[in-house]
Amino acid sequence: MRIEVDRDACLLHGQCVIAAPELFSFGTAGDLVWIAEPGEGLRAEAEAAADACPEQAIVIT
Amino acid sequence: MPVVTPSPRIVIVGASLAGLRTAEAIKAALPEARIVLVGRETHRPYNRPPLSKDAIAALAASPADIKDVFGKLLLRSKLTPQDAELRLGCVATGMREGQLILADGSRINADWIVAASGLSPRRLPLTGAQDRRYVLRSFEDAQRLALALRRSARMVVIGGGFIGCEIAATARSLGLHVDLVETEPQPMLRALGSRVAAAMAAWHRRHGVRIHAGRTVSDFAADHVVLDDGDRLEADVIVEALGALPNVGWLEGSGADLSDGVLTDDRMIAKGVETLLAVGDVARFPNSLFDGVPRRTEHWCVPGQTARRAAETISAITTGREPSAGFAPMPSFWSDQYGLRLQSYGAPVLADSQSVIAGDLAQIGEGPVIVEYRRAGQPVAITGIGAPPATLASHATRLTRALSSPVTA
Ligand SMILES: Cc1cc2nc3c(=O)[nH]c(=O)nc-3n(C[C@H](O)[C@H](O)[C@H](O)COP(=O)(O)OP(=O)(O)OC[C@H]3O[C@@H](n4cnc5c(N)ncnc54)[C@H](O)[C@@H]3O)c2cc1C
Ligand code: SF4
Repeated sequence: MRIEVDRDACLLHGQCVIAAPELFSFGTAGDLVWIAEPGEGLRAEAEAAADACPEQAIVIT
Repeated sequence: MPVVTPSPRIVIVGASLAGLRTAEAIKAALPEARIVLVGRETHRPYNRPPLSKDAIAALAASPADIKDVFGKLLLRSKLTPQDAELRLGCVATGMREGQLILADGSRINADWIVAASGLSPRRLPLTGAQDRRYVLRSFEDAQRLALALRRSARMVVIGGGFIGCEIAATARSLGLHVDLVETEPQPMLRALGSRVAAAMAAWHRRHGVRIHAGRTVSDFAADHVVLDDGDRLEADVIVEALGALPNVGWLEGSGADLSDGVLTDDRMIAKGVETLLAVGDVARFPNSLFDGVPRRTEHWCVPGQTARRAAETISAITTGREPSAGFAPMPSFWSDQYGLRLQSYGAPVLADSQSVIAGDLAQIGEGPVIVEYRRAGQPVAITGIGAPPATLASHATRLTRALSSPVTA
């Protein structure tokens, strides 16, 4: 599974960080960081984060 | 009891955020399910929050760009046409056990019916000024309102909830004169509590909005709105932003409790009708994160959360399992007003006290402010005003932990 975030669309709502803290977090500079290639076992969490993003910035493949 | 078949027929009423997310979640949990999504609007499911923000501003700037603006609102979907049948421009008028009834008299057989029918704007029970009165819920509403957003036009917004306040802010940014009429002592009072609401009111005043708090509208005259104290507000554009009422007419007589939306248990199953579920803005459900009292929550996050819960319930029952115990989704909402982001986690409405834990409410817009809401000493919500998302997220994590741990009295 691959997670991509469209940084132009992302408005740093942080909903993904709340929905899937095991995949998304904020870096020390306040930027969004995420695990780009997590294991399949985290698919449900990744989908929950993508659904929670108001800007539809997260794409999971 | 619902008929248990490996490939249940599921009909979802309402093809917006909650309906779409429910169809997707059911497909993921139960690939064999046959899903029909029935929607009154003729559009594919789209996102409403930008309507009061960028979308009306973009439509006002270039009314011809309808396609572009709508394209940005369209909700991305994982569903293929084989996964679910989408029936747009189709209105549900009733249900019976095992059947959904449509406006054209036809029926769709259903093992499960999911109410995702959302809300419709409330209007004032007054006549007059029909050609200048606007509401905002749908894309058509936004198109119509956008045409009236001309620089120097005089707008009266009736109702200072989030949507009313966002429309006021957008209108000011486009150079309209704005009066805002609110029955309560402050706009957004219920949602934010007195201190934050007062600070936000000051923020609106600073941007030139005249706030008439504690006032109601008593009449619409030729070119003005009359308030209950006799005050007259000149008005070219009147926005009725008085909140919205659940679309439950089609469930009349079904046996469900429709006193405020559709009352459900924590599996999203309607009380009184075992084969009916409700999701999104129309659902009144208990949240064990708080006190278990059923409430409707009109936040964007709720459709996704309740959709996943409803899908889990249907798939569990279909495969002979018990749905997992307890439902405790963390509510959150955001609002954008004059470039200032308000972001909240939890349920500020439940609080009996609030304290500023960072920044200064007298200086909102200048620096980040974070407010914690408590009930009986326990944190129930956190709100940031122009606060860095990273800081807020860590507070939200702390809040989740506090709400999830058993209360020690
Ligand atoms: C202008 C605006 C701004 C907003 N901004 C924010 C924000 O900044 N932050 C936030 O958290 N939330 C915001 N929200 C709230 C958020 O958009 C809602 O919570 C969300 O749209 C609810 O989705 P829903 O699918 O439950 O209901 P709706 O989106 O109301 O969808 C219900 C659908 O059901 C259809 N329907 C109704 N009755 C029938 C019937 N009998 N037969 C067939 N179809 C039917 C309706 O036509 C509609 O398409 C905003 C809402 C609006 C209107
Ligand atoms: S939820 Fe979406 S907009 Fe918000 S930080 Fe995550 S990717 Fe960005």
